[in-house]
Amino acid sequence: MTGIMAGPAAEAGIADVGAPTSPTKDAWKRFRRNKLAMVSLGFLVLLVLLAIFADLVCKYTPYEINTKDRLQGPFTGDHWFGTDKTGRDVFAQVIYGIRISLKVGFIVSFAAAVLGTIIGAVAGYYGGFLDTLIMRGVDVFLSIPYIITTVVLVGIIGRGVNAVIIALALTGWFVDARVVRATFLGLKEQEFVQAARALGYSNKRIMFRHILPNALQPVIVYTTLGIGGAILAEAALSFLAIGVLPPEPSWGLLVSQNKGLMQTAPHLVFFPGLAIFLTVLAFVMLGDGLRDALDPKMKL
Amino acid sequence: MGFYLLKRIVQLALTVWAALTIIFLLFFALPGDPAEMLTGNSGKIPPKTLELIEKRLGLDDPLYVQYGNYMKRTVQWDLGQSFKSNQSINEILGDKAPNSIRLGIWAITVEVIIGIGAGIYSAVRRYTFADTFITFVTVAASAVPVYVLGLLLIQTTGVFPNQHDWPAWTQFPTGGLGPNSWALGFIPTGHQWKYLVLPAITLASVSTAVTARMMRTTMLEVTRADFVRTARAKGLSERQVLVRHAMRNALIPVITLIAIDLGTAIGVAVLTETVFSWPGMGSEIASSVGSRDFSVILGLSIVVTLFYAGANLVADLMYAYLDPRIRLGGKGADR
Repeated sequence: MTGIMAGPAAEAGIADVGAPTSPTKDAWKRFRRNKLAMVSLGFLVLLVLLAIFADLVCKYTPYEINTKDRLQGPFTGDHWFGTDKTGRDVFAQVIYGIRISLKVGFIVSFAAAVLGTIIGAVAGYYGGFLDTLIMRGVDVFLSIPYIITTVVLVGIIGRGVNAVIIALALTGWFVDARVVRATFLGLKEQEFVQAARALGYSNKRIMFRHILPNALQPVIVYTTLGIGGAILAEAALSFLAIGVLPPEPSWGLLVSQNKGLMQTAPHLVFFPGLAIFLTVLAFVMLGDGLRDALDPKMKL
Repeated sequence: MGFYLLKRIVQLALTVWAALTIIFLLFFALPGDPAEMLTGNSGKIPPKTLELIEKRLGLDDPLYVQYGNYMKRTVQWDLGQSFKSNQSINEILGDKAPNSIRLGIWAITVEVIIGIGAGIYSAVRRYTFADTFITFVTVAASAVPVYVLGLLLIQTTGVFPNQHDWPAWTQFPTGGLGPNSWALGFIPTGHQWKYLVLPAITLASVSTAVTARMMRTTMLEVTRADFVRTARAKGLSERQVLVRHAMRNALIPVITLIAIDLGTAIGVAVLTETVFSWPGMGSEIASSVGSRDFSVILGLSIVVTLFYAGANLVADLMYAYLDPRIRLGGKGADR
């Protein structure tokens, strides 16, 4: 690693060594220097605010039908993103759609992280037959194409936002489990774990208080990337008409409902499509930024 | 190699068996009435008819008997029939699978040429504008929903030239299979290529981006390795170093990735095939889900899982062939 002493730290010289610092502060420092990740973070904060204050931002609701103003182009009059074939305001649909996407993204990814962490921790810590059983099971689930499992689950559970969340969370934890297990396998023989054992701590305490904090870094990164993945998956299911039910303004559903009007009113597909793209891209870049920032081997 | 091959095939057989079991459990053992589900008419069937259906499908048997029958049928390749059209699943497969395979092959061709090419170029020209550009495009590609990309391509190459009376050669069809004329089963002849090129690019988009990123990473890793330094020290030309020494080794994990992608591209191209109305297994799955024709979904799930497993086996064998450490079980075996 070159450039260890580059930048302001080098100018401050040896005096900087004594300055109070923590891994979290260091990580934040590294994260802040990643412009793309910072822009993404800003964009996502804006999205959260828009989702919370959607009623204040939008002049219309996404459900209001107004046959007089059908199929208006974008940037005309009151309708910034135009209107659809029943005169509903596309801007309102896209803004209210943030709520669905973020809800699905956060809940699915968080649930998958918790499930995957617990299962992966148990497999990695106890090892042996239990480990073989769990990990072979994960292999088998991964040997069935992801979309098949999801589609069948949605078909069984039914449609709607909650069904989508359950189906995606149930199929989303495999990678988390693998990652956590691998870290646990590598750490469980180390001295600090032996020390904890010698002190007579319970397995549960050793697993979650001692080893888990060391395994959290990849979990945080995968969870962030997973939010984007879940948003894409929800949009895809809704596009296939097996996800969120109309008239809820899911972005994927909007693209699907309006694709027939692509020739005359491309803005009806463009704005929801752009919303999916920008949101997922922001989570991907945020995840990449976190990966770099949380890696202590990356110097300041 | 012989022993390794045998070991992998036994492992594969076990995995496929377990996967088929999970599919069985998903369809037959979860809450919800399988007869209603398989016929896709929840709550609308009179109880008398439902009983007859259950009898006919053997759904009134205990679960383990059903499981035995299910496995027997699957091994005998009797995949049942659609409840909507009464067409047998084998017939549907005969219609749709070739189209899926054709589209998959061409999507993988795009992935191989553009993905590997862009990855190597990016690695060789590291930190130049081209590298930054390729990196940005590959990150962005992973965030574009494939159906939005497909619709955009249709709009710009199909609809727009048509609306503006551009010459005929600039206009692409907006979907469908086209004339269905192929040489050797998969090489498009006549106008066929015009129908093929947009879905192939769309289907390849995400995997091409992943391939390019992976190729760049492995290429950069390999060029730091000792044997590359040795090759340079021997005085080989830069071209020889890159092609004969670096690339050959950097390709190993990428080839594995591509083999797995082939399994995914065939049959799991649900979104791409739907957007382009390409009559393959993917769009069949999508429309069966829409019409709740679960008997078709069950049959196709089995087929697609087998394709996927086969691709994984090919990937493993190629990896073992290209990297002797694996098949010989040496110290670096779990790398």
